[in-house]
Amino acid sequence: MDAALLLLADSRLPAGGHGHSGGAEEAVRIGAITGPEDLARFLRGRLATTGLVAAALAAAACAVGEAAGDDGGAYAEPGAGAWRALDAEADARTASPAQRGASRTQGRLLLRSGRRIWPSPALDALARAVPEGPHHPIALGAAARAAGCAPHDAALATAYNAITGPATAAVRLLGLDPVDVHRVLAGLAPDLERVARASCATTAWEDLPAHAAPALDLLAEQHLRTEVRLFVS
Amino acid sequence: MSANHEDRHQSPASLDRALRLGIGGPVGSGKTALVAALCRTLGPVLRLGVVTNDIYTTEDADFLRRAGVLDPERIVAVQTGCCPHTAIRDDIAANIDAVETLEERFGPLDLVIVESGGDNLTATFSRGLADQQIFVLDVSGGDKVPRKGGPGVTTADLLVVNKTDLAKHVGADLTVMSRDAAAVRDGKPVLFTSIREVPEVYAVAEWVHGVVESWAHARAHHPHGPAVPSTNA
Ligand SMILES: Nc1nc2c(ncn2[C@@H]2O[C@H](COP(=O)(O)OP(=O)(O)O)[C@@H](O)[C@H]2O)c(=O)[nH]1
Ligand SMILES: [Mg+2]
Repeated sequence: MDAALLLLADSRLPAGGHGHSGGAEEAVRIGAITGPEDLARFLRGRLATTGLVAAALAAAACAVGEAAGDDGGAYAEPGAGAWRALDAEADARTASPAQRGASRTQGRLLLRSGRRIWPSPALDALARAVPEGPHHPIALGAAARAAGCAPHDAALATAYNAITGPATAAVRLLGLDPVDVHRVLAGLAPDLERVARASCATTAWEDLPAHAAPALDLLAEQHLRTEVRLFVS
Repeated sequence: MSANHEDRHQSPASLDRALRLGIGGPVGSGKTALVAALCRTLGPVLRLGVVTNDIYTTEDADFLRRAGVLDPERIVAVQTGCCPHTAIRDDIAANIDAVETLEERFGPLDLVIVESGGDNLTATFSRGLADQQIFVLDVSGGDKVPRKGGPGVTTADLLVVNKTDLAKHVGADLTVMSRDAAAVRDGKPVLFTSIREVPEVYAVAEWVHGVVESWAHARAHHPHGPAVPSTNA
């Protein structure tokens, strides 16, 4: 459902995204991002690692409860067990405690808004199953489903989100020309589509992508310990 | 849509919670000083929580914690990613999360104060976040500010003009400010303060106490009603 996908991916979705830089603030602080070229490298790396992992988790969350059982197409409401198990898969793929915290905070905020925008039993069940807040990709996938999107859409929105958040943060922090930065994003569009397709290739949760990005983990940890910061993460 | 017990998340107008008071206004006008003063004066009679929206670091939250006016745990800081106005108006998710966290941890509360990060004269709180809002100006910005208006000055439930002790030094005419504010505010109240000289801010505290009482009264009489109490009486 294309219109729902646009709403979900829009940075104006009131779900707290504007407070998160996805490591970009710390990367700017230590001089790893100074302009559009190194921003592009940062985004490409982020998309290929945590972006792909998040997109695959979101696709899986979107597919939770779809067509359960052998009779094909029988719709089963996801139970708390399924949501907790998938959330644990996200936890296992998020090494840094700082990133875990940021992911759960964003997931909790998105779920709270999502439940009011697209009321659905599945989102209510997710909120009950993970009261401290599910990981962000899980919330995004579940909200995508509640909005009427397919798993591929959920993956695409999540991949998009993984690079647009840091890109916007870099614009604000460095005063980069926003048109330059949008050209960088446009250049990554084919990669976004590849990541979204790859995200839907796996059905067994334990086989979902698990690419690590140690540099992003370190940036996240260091960011939390930095005294002056404008972003939550 | 299922009926469940977490549905207070679904309804921002629900009365089953503390009154949420937004305090906005330009940087340096005395918002944090006012929050501290209100905590000092109302702390003994009301159950309070405070959310700050620091622009960077947790300066305001730290100041309030050091001031010893409130249990430090009841003061929560929200980071706004360079966008203080977004966090109180367009995407209030992080602030709602902070308010609800305070209520879950320390509730029931009577009043949660949300201090904005400070912005220009156009920044006001969303009605989804604040039930009532105070806009704080100070006289050192010049006595023309009320005449220029702007949504903060014209629509806030209470306008506070602070630092009257500086009026003589900056050549600000308080009579002019009072007359201009009355002209653009359509009868809504205006109070002049010098938090420096009268740290108890009696008149403002009395106004706040009044809106909290109407809120509690409405809560007692319409526990699930959508009505928001009127405070202009
Ligand atoms: N002279 C004077 N200074 C004040 C008054 N109220 C606050 N201040 C000072 O103004 C500065 C900014 O106050 P603060 O509360 O941090 O402003 P905020 O940015 O709006 O939160 C601080 O140095 C305060 O001590 C007042 O009534 N008179
Ligand atoms: Mg302040």
